[in-house]
Amino acid sequence: MIRIADVTKSFGENKALSEVSLDILDEELFVLIGPDGAGKSTLFRILVTLLLPDKGHVLIKGLDVVKDFWKIRKIMGYMPGTFSLYPDLTVEENLAFYARIFGMSLGENYPLIREVYEQIEPFKNRPAGKLSGGMKQKLALSCALIHRPEVLVLDEPTTGVDAASRKEFWQMLKKIQREGITVIVSTAYMDEASRGDRTCFLHKGKLLKAGTPEEIRESYPFPLYACRSKDNFALLKALRNEPSTASAMLYGKTIHYSPARNDFSVGTFLSDLEGTGNYGPIEYRKTTPSMEDSFAFLSKQ
Amino acid sequence: MRTILIIIKKEFLQIFRNHMMLPMIFIIPLVQMLILVYAATMEIKRIDLLVIDRDNSQYSRGLISKLSGMKIYRVAVIPTAGKEAEARLLDNSADAVLEIPPDCERLLMQRQNSSVQLRMDAVNGMAAGIINQYTSLTINNYHKKWLASLMPGNAGDGLRQIRVIPRYWYNPGLNYKHYMLPGILVILVTIMGMFLSAINLVREKEMGTIEQINVTPIRRIHFIPGKLIPFWIIALAELSFGLTIGWLFFRVPVRGSLLLLFGFTSVYLLAVMGIGLFLAALSRTQQQLMFMYFFFMLTFLLMSGLFTPVESMPQWAQTINHINPFAYFMRVIRMILLKGSGFRDILPEFVSMTIYAVAALTLAVWRYRKTI
Repeated sequence: MIRIADVTKSFGENKALSEVSLDILDEELFVLIGPDGAGKSTLFRILVTLLLPDKGHVLIKGLDVVKDFWKIRKIMGYMPGTFSLYPDLTVEENLAFYARIFGMSLGENYPLIREVYEQIEPFKNRPAGKLSGGMKQKLALSCALIHRPEVLVLDEPTTGVDAASRKEFWQMLKKIQREGITVIVSTAYMDEASRGDRTCFLHKGKLLKAGTPEEIRESYPFPLYACRSKDNFALLKALRNEPSTASAMLYGKTIHYSPARNDFSVGTFLSDLEGTGNYGPIEYRKTTPSMEDSFAFLSKQ
Repeated sequence: MRTILIIIKKEFLQIFRNHMMLPMIFIIPLVQMLILVYAATMEIKRIDLLVIDRDNSQYSRGLISKLSGMKIYRVAVIPTAGKEAEARLLDNSADAVLEIPPDCERLLMQRQNSSVQLRMDAVNGMAAGIINQYTSLTINNYHKKWLASLMPGNAGDGLRQIRVIPRYWYNPGLNYKHYMLPGILVILVTIMGMFLSAINLVREKEMGTIEQINVTPIRRIHFIPGKLIPFWIIALAELSFGLTIGWLFFRVPVRGSLLLLFGFTSVYLLAVMGIGLFLAALSRTQQQLMFMYFFFMLTFLLMSGLFTPVESMPQWAQTINHINPFAYFMRVIRMILLKGSGFRDILPEFVSMTIYAVAALTLAVWRYRKTI
C-alpha cells in the first residue's frame, strides 16, 4: 500500500500541495486527475523521491520516501511528463542502458514489456529523438518497466496523444496492472477519470475527493437535469441568475442544471422561464451525474 | 564499479555518435597548434627604421650603411627632421626613428660627447624593447669599431672592458615556438577535460534526462566518476596527440619524463574537472555555463603566463595565481618539456595540485547534491 499523509510542499510563496492525504492500494490502477497546475507532478515527484515534502510523510510498501529512498528507487518505475530518455541513443541502446543500470539483462523482463516493445522494435536502431510522439511514449514506458517495478508512476502520459492512441494506452496500462503492478497515472482529461479502479481529484494543491468512479458520481448532492434550448448560452446565463440554482454548466450540447432543493418543481420553473426570454421550448430530462459533474461541483466549493 | 562502467560505456557511445566530437578532438588541436604557434610569436622579423641624418658625415653614412647591410632592418633615410618622421610612425610605415644630430662626427672627433636619438613605436611594448636592445647594440658595436679604426693605439682599452656574453639556457635559439607550444597544449587539455565534461553534465539537466537517471539506483559516487572518466581519458589522449604534433612539426624537446608529465596532467585534470563540475552545478542551461566558463577561462588563462611571464606580473596578480590551476600546469609542462625537471623539482606544484583537486572535487560534489 502507498500511504500519503498530510503532505505539504511549497515553492517559495506558491503552495503546490497542502495537506494531501491519500491511500493507494496494491495492484490498483489509480488515476490522479486535476487541471494544469493542480500539483499532480509535484505529488508524483515526491512519490518517486525526486522532491522532499516540506511536511507530512509518504510510505511506499512500508518504505519512507525520505529515509529509504535507495530502496524505493529499486521498486519504482517512473515515466516523467516530458520525454527524458537520451535522444542520441537508439531505441535499443536506451532500453539496454536502463536494464543494466538496474542490474538486469534485456531478456530478463522482456515478457513484461513485449507487447509494448514489439510495436517499436522495427525502429530499434533509430535514435530515440527521431521517433514520433506515440513511439517515444512507448519507449519511455518500456524503459520505466524494464526492471519490473512494483509501482509504476506515469505523469500525464496521454497529454498530446490522439484519441485512438490514448484508448490503446489505457488498455496497455490495464494489462500491466494485471501483472501485479500498482499503476498510478495522472491526467488532465476529465473523460479519462473513470478509467481507473479509483480516482482522486486534485485542485489547487488540495485533494478534493478520492474514490471509485461510482462513489464519486454518487457524491453529487443534487438532482441533475440535462436541458437544451435554441440558445443555450442565454439559457445558461438565465439559470445562473436564479437564486434557486445550485449549479449550471455547459455539458456538450446540453446544459447540466441542478436546483438547490430536492423537492424543487423543475417542470414549472423551466416553463415559466421559457416565457421570459427567446429560448424557444426548453427540453429537459433527469440524468445521472458524471465524474465531471462531481468534480466541477467539488472544485467550486 | 559495474554501474560506473555502464555509465562510461554510455558516455563513449554518445561522445562518438556526436559528429562534432571527433573533429573537435583531432582537427581543432592540429589547427590551433599550427596557427597559434606560428602566429602568436614575439620574434621580430623586420624593423622599418627611418634615419634622420642631419649630420651627413662619414660617421653617419657609415652607420647607415652598416644598418642597411643587416637583414632585419629596412632603412629609409631623410636629411632633415620634420613632420615626416612622426607621420611615418603614425601610419606604421616606420617602427623606429633614429636621429643623428648635426655635428655628431665633429663633436666626437673633438673627444666630446654626442648622442643619437632613437624613437620607437611602443604600442607593442615588448617589440619596442627588443628593437631598442638590438639597435643600441648595433650602434655601440659600430661605434667601437669606428674608435678602433680611428685610434689603433687605444684599441687595447676595449680589451679591458668586461663583455657580457649571453647564453640562453634550455632554449638556446630563443625559439619562441618551443615556449608557446606547451602553453597551447595546456589550453587544449583544459578545454577537453574541463569544458566538455561540464557542458555534458549541464546538457543532462537542460534536456531533462537527469530526471530519469535520478529515479534509478545510480548514486552520485557512480554518476560523477562515470561522467568525468571519459573526458579524463580523452584529455590525456589529447595531450599525447598534441605532443606528437609538437614533436613532428616543431621538434619541441621532451627533456623530462613523459610519465611524470602524464602523472601531473592526470591530477591537474581532476582539479579543473572539479571546477567544471562546480560551475555545472551552478548552471541550469548550457548558455549559463558558457558565460561563467569563459569568464573563468579568460581571466585565469591570461594570468597563467601563456604569453607573458608570471614573474613580471604585479605582486597581487602573482598572489591570485596561487589559486589559478592553469598557472601551475603552464609552469610544470614547460619545466618538464624544456628544462627536463624531475619529480623533486615539481614536487611543490604536485602537492598543491593534489590538494586543489581534492578541494575542488569535494566542493563540486557537495554543491551538486544541493542542486539536484
